[in-house]
Amino acid sequence: MNTTATTHYPAAKETQQIEHRTLSILVDNEPGVLARVIGLFSGRGYNIDSLTVSETEHEQHLSRITIATQGTPMVIEQIKNQLERLVPVHRVVDLTAGMTAIEREIALVKVRGKDNNRVEALRLADAFRARVIDATTESFVFEITGKSDKIDQFVVLMAPLGLVEVSRSGIVAIGRGPEGM
Amino acid sequence: MQKEMTGAEMVIQALLDQGVEHIFGYPGGAVLPIYDALFQQDKLRHVLVRHEQGAVHAAEGYARSSGKVGAVLVTSGPGATNAVTGLTDALMDSIPIVVLTGQVPTHLIGNDAFQECDTVGITRPCTKHNYLVKNVNDLSRILHEAFYVAANGRPGPVVVDIPKDIQFAKGTYVGPKNIQHKTYQPKLKGDLDKVKAAVELMRHAKKPVFYTGGGIINSGKEASVLLRELVKLTGFPITSTLMGLGAYPAADPQWLGMLGMHGTYEANLTMHDCDVMICIGARFDDRITGRLDAFSPGSKKIHVDIDPSSINKNVHVDLAIVGDCAHVLEDMVRLWRAGSVTPDKKALAAWWKQIDEWRGKKSLAYKNSKEIIKPQYAIQRLYEFTKGLDAYITTEVGQHQMWAAQFYQFQEPRRWMTSGGLGTMGYGLPAAVGVQMAHPKSLVIDIAGEASVLMTMQEMSTAAQYDLPIKIFILNNQYMGMVRQWQELLHGGRYSHSYTESLPDFVKLAEAYHCVGMRCEKPGDLDAAIQEMIKVKKPVIFDCVVDQAENCFPMIPSGRAHNEMLLGDAGVSVEDAITEEGKVLV
Repeated sequence: MNTTATTHYPAAKETQQIEHRTLSILVDNEPGVLARVIGLFSGRGYNIDSLTVSETEHEQHLSRITIATQGTPMVIEQIKNQLERLVPVHRVVDLTAGMTAIEREIALVKVRGKDNNRVEALRLADAFRARVIDATTESFVFEITGKSDKIDQFVVLMAPLGLVEVSRSGIVAIGRGPEGM
Repeated sequence: MQKEMTGAEMVIQALLDQGVEHIFGYPGGAVLPIYDALFQQDKLRHVLVRHEQGAVHAAEGYARSSGKVGAVLVTSGPGATNAVTGLTDALMDSIPIVVLTGQVPTHLIGNDAFQECDTVGITRPCTKHNYLVKNVNDLSRILHEAFYVAANGRPGPVVVDIPKDIQFAKGTYVGPKNIQHKTYQPKLKGDLDKVKAAVELMRHAKKPVFYTGGGIINSGKEASVLLRELVKLTGFPITSTLMGLGAYPAADPQWLGMLGMHGTYEANLTMHDCDVMICIGARFDDRITGRLDAFSPGSKKIHVDIDPSSINKNVHVDLAIVGDCAHVLEDMVRLWRAGSVTPDKKALAAWWKQIDEWRGKKSLAYKNSKEIIKPQYAIQRLYEFTKGLDAYITTEVGQHQMWAAQFYQFQEPRRWMTSGGLGTMGYGLPAAVGVQMAHPKSLVIDIAGEASVLMTMQEMSTAAQYDLPIKIFILNNQYMGMVRQWQELLHGGRYSHSYTESLPDFVKLAEAYHCVGMRCEKPGDLDAAIQEMIKVKKPVIFDCVVDQAENCFPMIPSGRAHNEMLLGDAGVSVEDAITEEGKVLV
C-alpha cells in the first residue's frame, strides 16, 4: 500500500528532497481571507510550520501573510499556484528561493526563580540580547528577537532556570536589497 | 448608472444587467424580499425547482449548454446546505454559476438563529470565491464581481450570501460598467516563446497525440474551431477526456475516442506510446492517467491551461503554457502555418499504422442479444434516431454514463452535460431541466440509470410545471451498475446493497408527475419506442429494461497503466488483474 502518495494513485517514486520554504503572501485585508489561506493548506494536505499575519498597508487594505512550509519542489510550486488562484491574493513570493530573505521571530519568555537561577537567567539574557520587559521579585519576562533557532536555544537554556511559558510570534520575513515584493 | 433602490431590487437589477434571463430557485424566509422584487417585474424568469440541489444542477446544465453564467437563488440554512453538492460539482467541472443565498439578518449572525448556517464558511472550499454582504452599498459591486469571477479565468461557482436586512435596506446601485476587479485578472494570452517551442516540438514529433479536455469547451466555440483546424493541419491523432467530448467531431477519422479508465484501447495505447503529448485544457486526472509512474513514460509533454495550479500537479510536464485555450490555439495554428519545416510524414504514417492496429482490437465491441436489451445497443439506437436532430445529452453517473460517452457520438461542443469530476448521481435530470430552459426548441435527453435518477426524481415536477419536454432515458438494470461491477471485480461478487429490491413503476411514476411513461423490454421493440419517445411533446420517462449483468469495458483496472487495459472478452480473470495495491484506490 502506498501511503505517501498525494493522490489516490501510486505516484512516481519520490526522488525530490523535502525543502523548507518561507512564503510571503500579499492579500486584500477582507473578512475570511486568512480562513481561505489556511483552508487551502489543510484541505490539500500541506504543512504550516509557522504563520504570521497583519495588515501592512492600511490605506490599500493590504495584509501580508508569512507562511513557513515544507515540501518537495513540485509541492511548493503547487502551493504557490494554489495560493495565487485565490481571488483576494495579490502576490505570492517564495522568499527562500535564492536564499536572500531575512527571517526574524520575536518571543516573550517568562522565567520564575530565585537566587542564583535569577542571576544566571539575567546573564544569559544579556548574552542573547534579550531585554527584560517585566520583572517581579521572583520572575522576569524577556523579550528576544532573532532567527528561530536562536530563540529555540534561548528557551532550552531557560528551562532549568525556571521557565514558565513562552509566546512566539512566528516568522516574519522580507527580501534583502532595494526591491520590494 | 447610479440609482437608489433596496437591496432586493438591486439583486434583480444586477441579474438583468448581467444578461440573466432565467434563475433557478426555491423561496424561503431569508430571501422573501428578493422573491417579492421578482414578483413585481416580468423580465427575469424564475424557475421553481423541487430541491436546491436541483436548482444548482439546472443552472450548471444551463451554463454548460449555453456558455452563459447560470444563476441560482436559495434561502439560508438548509437552502444553502442543499446547494453544496451542486457547488462542489460546478467547482470540479469548472462550470460558471452564481448562487445567491439568503442569510439571517446581520444582527442575528452568529446567534444560532432559525435557519442560520455559516454559509460562507461551509461553501469556502467548494466555491471559486464567495462573499458575505455586510453593507447594502457594497451589494451591486459584489454581484457584478461575482459574475466576473465566475465567468473569467478558469470558470467556477461563486456564492453571494445576502442577509435579510441588507435586502430591505436602501442604497445606491452601481451598474456593471463601473466595476473593475482589483486583483483577479487571469492571463489569456500564452507566452509566445513557449508556444513557439511547443510548435517546434510538434513539428519534430514522430508519434504525437492531442489530449484535450473541458477547457476547450469552456474557452468557447472559437476554441473548438481552432482545435479542429490545428488537428487537420498537423494530421495528428486526437483523444479527449469525458469533459471534452464534442470539441472534436467523433465522426472524424483522426478521432480516437475518449481516453482513460473506460476509454478506448487505441486512445490509451496512443497516449502510452506517444513521443509528444499536447494536452490542451485537461488536468491529468486520476481517471485519465491510471498508474502515474507508468503514465506515458517516453513522451515530451506540453500542457496548455488557464489555471497554473493544474500544471505539474499530478504529472510533471516539459513545457507549460498558461493561457486560454482559444488564444493559445490561435497562436499555434498561425505558427504552424508559418513554419518551414514539414513534419516527418513517414514517421506519422507508421504511427497511424500502429494506431489502426490497436483500433483493430475493437475495444468497444460487445455481444449483442436478441432476447435482452444490451445497454450499449440502446445507446447506439438512441444515437441513430437523434443524430440528425438538434439534440443535447445529459447523464447521471455510473455505467450508463460511460456507455453514453463511448457510444453516443458527439460532433459539436456544449451538447454533452455530465458530472465528471465529482461524479454526482442525480445530476442529469435537473441538468436536463436547465438545458431545456436554455434551448426550448431542442431535444434534451438525460441518459440515466435507475438508481441515479431517483436521487433527484422530484425535478420531473419542475419539468411538468414549465412544459419542458425532457426525455429521461433510463437504462434500468436494477443495480447501481458501476458499484456492482466493482463488487464483481474486487469483492468476490458479494453485491452488498447495490441491488434495489423495490423500484417504483417508472411508467406510473411518470404519469403521477403528469408526464408520459414508456417501457421497453425487448430489443425488437426498441427502435419504435425510441422514435415514439422523440415525438412526444411532453416530458417522458423511458424505462429501458437492460441486461443486469453487463459490465462496462474496456477498463484500466485501478492501479494499472494505460497499456494494461482489460478488454471485454479478456481471457484473464478480471479479479486477478487488480493488485492488492489497486484495491485501495477509488
